[in-house]
Amino acid sequence: MSELFVIVEHRLGEIRDITFEMLWKAGELAETLSSNLTAILIGHELNSIAEKISDRADKIIIFDDEGLKNFNADIYKKILVGLIEESKPTLTLIGNTSWGMELAPCLSIRAGLPLATDCIDIISKNGNLIAQRQMYSGKIFANVSFAESDGYILTIRSGVFPTDRIGDRQAQIVQKDFALKDITVKKNFIEFVETAAGDVDITQAELLISVGRGIGEEDNITIVKELAEALNGILSCSRPIVDKNWLPKYLQVGTSGKSVTPKVYIAVGISGAFQHLAGISGAGTVIAINKDPKAPIFRTADYGIVDDLFKIVPALKDKILEVKKGG
Amino acid sequence: MDIIVCAKNVPDVAEADLNISDKGTDIDKEDLVFGINDWDNYAIEEAVLLKEKYGGTVTAITVGSEDDEEVLRRCLAMGADTAIRIDVDGISRFDSFVISKILSRVVKDLQFDLIFTGVLAEDDYCGMVGMMMAEELNINHANMITALEIEDGKARTTSELEGGLGEVSLIELPALLTIQTGINEPRYVSILGIRKAAKKELKTIELPDLGISDEELSPRTIIEEAFLPPETEGAEILAGNPDKISSDLIEILKKKGVME
Repeated sequence: MSELFVIVEHRLGEIRDITFEMLWKAGELAETLSSNLTAILIGHELNSIAEKISDRADKIIIFDDEGLKNFNADIYKKILVGLIEESKPTLTLIGNTSWGMELAPCLSIRAGLPLATDCIDIISKNGNLIAQRQMYSGKIFANVSFAESDGYILTIRSGVFPTDRIGDRQAQIVQKDFALKDITVKKNFIEFVETAAGDVDITQAELLISVGRGIGEEDNITIVKELAEALNGILSCSRPIVDKNWLPKYLQVGTSGKSVTPKVYIAVGISGAFQHLAGISGAGTVIAINKDPKAPIFRTADYGIVDDLFKIVPALKDKILEVKKGG
Repeated sequence: MDIIVCAKNVPDVAEADLNISDKGTDIDKEDLVFGINDWDNYAIEEAVLLKEKYGGTVTAITVGSEDDEEVLRRCLAMGADTAIRIDVDGISRFDSFVISKILSRVVKDLQFDLIFTGVLAEDDYCGMVGMMMAEELNINHANMITALEIEDGKARTTSELEGGLGEVSLIELPALLTIQTGINEPRYVSILGIRKAAKKELKTIELPDLGISDEELSPRTIIEEAFLPPETEGAEILAGNPDKISSDLIEILKKKGVME
């Protein structure tokens, strides 16, 4: 029977949601392809993590060693190359995360298997495998096929598949050892650091007014700040604003910043890269102001204003102040 | 400190109306403005900053056609010493795997302590060339670098993780690092600066001269179809003049309980 591999991602003892999402998709594929679903779990003190996925895989292969406590792409790669040679899985799924993006290309070269990254769907049609992904900042979708191979590696975008359990499985646990002593590690983990600590906690805000690249100049942020003040809301932003050092990291919404859950989220001049959209999936109502009608933000927003933000934002602020004064 | 930076010329699609090309596997690029891939802009800046601090050389490399030399001229204007273009007429027939093979073959013969690539390319969003090169070259690597220091001949890197966390590592050189946006503030490049840099060496290598086998030049992934995003229900569009839109928005804000 053919096999599907899912590489479990976990950090500081917690399983990452991407793992559940990959297991959901792999579970679905395992049905259509009549394959066994195997989760690969590498790390140290892994019992509670194994438990959380024991009803989502047919087999969990565990490599537990103190030397595996911290993620290291090189060691993961060496372990996985061995496993892939042994079991020849049809598919190996890895998260398209910071760690996965380091591991997958190395593994692809070392194992000699084709790789498609950042997949948003996997379609198996008449024995052919198609990976669906996005290009050009999410403005274009693409279906990708592969050169013939014994197996394929795909990295999966976070947040596109459910975290729910699919199917009914009971995992057999297989403990394996890896000869760590034979490896000289040339990249040493030092520490984790908080990069987004600050005075304002945007995750607690009920109303966020968020500014993005469309604002153009640093000084222009004032108009968005004034709107936020008029509304008693909190100012936040998308990544390009932090990259330019115009606002601090702790105000950044998105995958590498904060995930937010306001009642209302107003996106000003934000095009809506998927990393940003992932950060607002828990928002109640999303209002987007952007002059590009094709901006991906309009696909997820509840209300859209296709216009120049420099006209709309000041007009809205004045109107709010007027209403407040009148009331 | 000798540093190689791999850079790519990409179309700016931020506010462009995109159309699918006749072949159906890419977009029509004729009317688009090209420029350096945003991530690569940070990568070249980081290399030049290190050179200014520790001395050494910076070499910029791209795979592409003559039009793509623009990206190298920009790198030279920013402070690269030399540039290399591997001449390929249209890179769309290659995938990231092939590009990484070509780049690896070229840098193998060069002197380097560090290789930088951007985390991603804005056009294909693949984000794999860098790490594939690291594996081909069998050198150390780290991903999504947001801070970099050199300490006793080692690189102290901060990799960006999800959720506002950074991972600090110490890596022996030579190493390949993929550079994340925001790591620095890329310097402004003027037309005059580009003109001045025209004196610097820009070497062209013909692909066949690299002696890469046909097998290694065959893509492992093929774009079968490119298409516009499927229609979704999308946002309810509020139209009218700014005053009308503002009134509508205030109604919504009141209804959602965030305004009295």
